[in-house]
Amino acid sequence: MSATFWIIIAGAVATYLTRIGGHLVISRFDNIHPRVEAGLNAVPAAVLTTLVAPELLNAGPAEWAALVVTAVVSLRGGLMSMFLAGAAVLIIARQFVG
Amino acid sequence: MSAEAISESRAKSDFWQGVRLSMPVVVASAPFAVLFGALAVDNGFSVLEAFLMSALVFGGASQMVGIQLFGQHVAPWLIVLSIFAVNFRHVLYSAGIGRRIAHWPVIQQALGYFILTDPQYAVAEARAASGRTVGFAWYLGLGLPVYVFWVIESALGAVFGKLIPDTHALGIDFLLPIYFLGLVMGFRKRPLWLPVVVASAAASIIAYKTVGSPWHVSIGAIAGVLLAVILPPHHSGVKARP
Repeated sequence: MSATFWIIIAGAVATYLTRIGGHLVISRFDNIHPRVEAGLNAVPAAVLTTLVAPELLNAGPAEWAALVVTAVVSLRGGLMSMFLAGAAVLIIARQFVG
Repeated sequence: MSAEAISESRAKSDFWQGVRLSMPVVVASAPFAVLFGALAVDNGFSVLEAFLMSALVFGGASQMVGIQLFGQHVAPWLIVLSIFAVNFRHVLYSAGIGRRIAHWPVIQQALGYFILTDPQYAVAEARAASGRTVGFAWYLGLGLPVYVFWVIESALGAVFGKLIPDTHALGIDFLLPIYFLGLVMGFRKRPLWLPVVVASAAASIIAYKTVGSPWHVSIGAIAGVLLAVILPPHHSGVKARP
């Protein structure tokens, strides 16, 4: 079996643990400490930010334009519209600046 | 009609009621399933591996994170840890929905947790909050179409992705950062969002420059989460639960 296969299996097990873990662990406690809950709330935004921020270092004008448009559209639209707007700007800008 | 036949026909109508509610989710997630398949192939997955990941993980954002890091040749355990971190929010959904489905047989509960996604939680919790019971047939009707379409469309995207000749001109290599930025913006109504994002961004860029990839992911994420924990609770909008 390839390494990719094992990454997928381990990722699947880890994911299932998050889906059943709250029921098995957290629901046994009557109270979650507010600081712990604040930390848990912050996890998705914190992880996803680290996947965007370093890309800014290597980004050219086309990539910057795409990210700015994505951020602006996000103030009004949903995930789909902001993604499509960002992707459209990226594709068009790359035709000119490569 | 016997009591058994009545309960069976109710289960059927509950199932189809769930299916109807699943349709917006099926439509909204379709492009991302195709995109995942295409990007997975672009990052070195086979079509079968893309299909397997969708079938076994069934979590859009975490699958995208997985293939992004895989493409950067990050150590396998760090890829798995990152998938775990992105999916960690399910712990809260699981704790919440557990109260609603505790009356199901254990096998049904085990399956129910497998298809517990963001929209699944949101719709099921809304039903429970309106005073109706969350039955297995209804819950399955809501989740099964999303799962089946997600897996099939991922495989189609992977097949399609092999046919794209110039991935740079189509911007394929930069679609993931755009997608991730969209997800980050989606969380902006949460308390402490801005300080967390600024802290994670700064820490991940510094770590990227000094320690190097892939550590910027863990270091940046820890910085943001620690900040949320350290700031006084009245800033985070979280109150102790009764």
